Amino acid sequence: MTAEPSPTETAPLIAVHDLSLAIHGEAILHDVGLDIAPGRVTALVGESGSGKSMTALALIGLLPEGAATTGAAMLDGRDLLSLPEREWLNLRGGDIGMIFQEPMTALNPVQTIGAQVSETLRLRGTPRAEALRIARDRLDRVGLGQLPLDRYPHQLSGGQRQRVCIAMAIARRPRLLIADEPTTALDVTTQAGILQLLRDLVDEEGMALLLITHDLGVVARIADHVAVMQAGRIVEQDATERLFRAHAHPYTRDLLAASRPAPRERRASRGGPVLQADGLTRRYGAVTAVDAVSFTLHRAESLGLVGESGCGKSTLTRALLGLEPIQAGSLWFQGEAGGIAMTKAQRAKMSVVFQDPYGSFDPRWTVARILAEPFHLTGRPPDAWARAAEALEQVGLSASDLGKYPHEFSGGQRQRIAIARALITEPEVLVLDEAVSALDVRVRAQVLALLDDLQQRLGLAYLFISHDLAVVRAICDRVLVMRGGKIVEDGPIARVWSAPASDYTRSLIDAAPAIPEGWAAS
Amino acid sequence: MGIGAVLTAIFAAAALVSLLWVPHDVTRLDVSQRLLAPSAAHPLGTDHFGRDMLSMLMEGARTSIAVALVAVGIGVAVGVPLGLWAAAKRGGWVDELIMRGNDLIFAFPSLVIAILITAVFGPSALNAILAIGIFNIPVFARVARGGALPLWTLDYVMAARVAGKGRARISAEHILPNIANLLIVQATIQFSLGILAEAALSYLGLGAQPPTASWGRMLADAQTMIYTEPQLAILPGLAIVGMVLGLNLLGDGLRDALDPRLRRRAL
Repeated sequence: MTAEPSPTETAPLIAVHDLSLAIHGEAILHDVGLDIAPGRVTALVGESGSGKSMTALALIGLLPEGAATTGAAMLDGRDLLSLPEREWLNLRGGDIGMIFQEPMTALNPVQTIGAQVSETLRLRGTPRAEALRIARDRLDRVGLGQLPLDRYPHQLSGGQRQRVCIAMAIARRPRLLIADEPTTALDVTTQAGILQLLRDLVDEEGMALLLITHDLGVVARIADHVAVMQAGRIVEQDATERLFRAHAHPYTRDLLAASRPAPRERRASRGGPVLQADGLTRRYGAVTAVDAVSFTLHRAESLGLVGESGCGKSTLTRALLGLEPIQAGSLWFQGEAGGIAMTKAQRAKMSVVFQDPYGSFDPRWTVARILAEPFHLTGRPPDAWARAAEALEQVGLSASDLGKYPHEFSGGQRQRIAIARALITEPEVLVLDEAVSALDVRVRAQVLALLDDLQQRLGLAYLFISHDLAVVRAICDRVLVMRGGKIVEDGPIARVWSAPASDYTRSLIDAAPAIPEGWAAS
Repeated sequence: MGIGAVLTAIFAAAALVSLLWVPHDVTRLDVSQRLLAPSAAHPLGTDHFGRDMLSMLMEGARTSIAVALVAVGIGVAVGVPLGLWAAAKRGGWVDELIMRGNDLIFAFPSLVIAILITAVFGPSALNAILAIGIFNIPVFARVARGGALPLWTLDYVMAARVAGKGRARISAEHILPNIANLLIVQATIQFSLGILAEAALSYLGLGAQPPTASWGRMLADAQTMIYTEPQLAILPGLAIVGMVLGLNLLGDGLRDALDPRLRRRAL
């Protein structure tokens, strides 16, 4: 695919041609061609393993050991791919800056933010006082004007830390800033602020931004130009709006379709209450993590629970599952006392699927043993093996997978195994704790479809916990919005989405980067 | 790892063979045969009592390995369950009690206490084992607790709790197998330290008693003749160095081989 010249075309800052990369002989990138223009946001979008991060690392000379490249990436008439390490030391942090996904680990915990932001300047010989003055200026620029230079990273929120990372990256006014999933680890309301900051920096300082992301909503919000990567190749690239409206490649179409989960038809609840919380309160010492939460989950119903990190949704989950005691309120499951008071037989009727498809299984256990673990609650039935095979088939895997180990499966397959484990005791209620949040969008769409299908066939009630209202809309009938341990909104998803009663819900919906409705391809 | 395994295997084989057969009986003293040079009958010569040096070294290997092995066994058998228990009750008073108890044992100089124990209860191989073994307990408790703590936050442990499993069962089924590699590596290190400790105690006359052969006592016996018959000290010295070196190399190799992050490429 060739990039058509856009109306605002300027000479590219970096021109990448035919970049191919192999690591220890294994081909990772194939003939990547990309122009990165100053004053514009160029997005590189793709699923995990598509090679988007490797492309970025090639442009900043940080490829892993054993990497061999061909092709060229030209900056000021020099080929970046063939620069010796000594020259990279001048370029990195000078002409090219980079920010990473995880602001929690990207800062050194034992150094003040002033020291860290001024470090790149001090390395180039700027006197200390001058470097600190510039650090102050850069921190003001990223919206941390109130923050003294002597603060340590642990005193900052996630969004503030990411702003410090950006201030570090732009300390020497680089011409190219590479941002690798800069907002993936942040809450939606924080994400919106960071994206706006990046856009402003590009517009006002004429910097080029290469944005690596898996999220087409983020792309739609700030990118000028998009390149879609699949399996190490750029399959399509164009100006952002044009690509969304008139994409040619089937992979782009699949990605776009999966990024816009369709809201599901409202279903009438088919039964009475199965799980009820009334004034549920969980305290840790003086901190009230869950504050007088009340809700009812009906049979065969999907109830969404939305909130940002730290809102208490995980604590609530543990209380519902009977893993932690509650300090006030009551909890009823199937008409009997729930929570910590549940008997083994009751516990078998409520199961859980966790977020992380990699941490959900003991790496030394076979799938058969993993699936049979919940039988601890019911006593191991004589047909345990057959039921494990049946559960696997229900989630679209085969009985021949029973003897395999977790590492032999992809992320999406593992999440299916987690669902199979949750189904094995024939539960009434499934708690899905961010169960699709770590998955690529196309896999997410498949898992959502599977969950919907299972609900229709088995009459399961779901408590679907997520930070993403758009995904909740695709699977739930009703939604609870939680903030600071309290439920701030409770209602049918369609009503909450179109006319939220609380300002907080409104800000969540507005902040979530979405592809504009009008951009849908014909 | 290869060299470590070979060295360790040589000494282990010597110790095992000595159970069934040694070239000469080391309990029989024959002064007429004293201080012979190496020959076909005595490949490493004889000592000042006419005992065959090769036979002495083989039996010494057996003593050293037996003492160190049982001492490590005590450390693992007591320390690992304590460490797992502390991790399962992390933050609670059980954890506090176990870990402060560990600190207490760590606060004593181990060899001095070992000397004290043998001084009070009399020198014997058994008391040496006990003295060394007690100081292995906190080492294994710490390694087990340290390895177990991060595992307790993982989702698969949460899944096991949702499946109604108690702390003890989760520790046995999920935690212990996943920290086994840490424990194996620590065991090889403690094993080599045990060999050294046994040699030190025997050298001081507080370990295995005559007529049981021991590398440490061979050193002690040889020191009066170190200028005239240096080989009597050099041979057991080399045996100790070889065994300890072999175990340390083996431990390093095992650590790399058992680390899944280093192993993944090979799979």
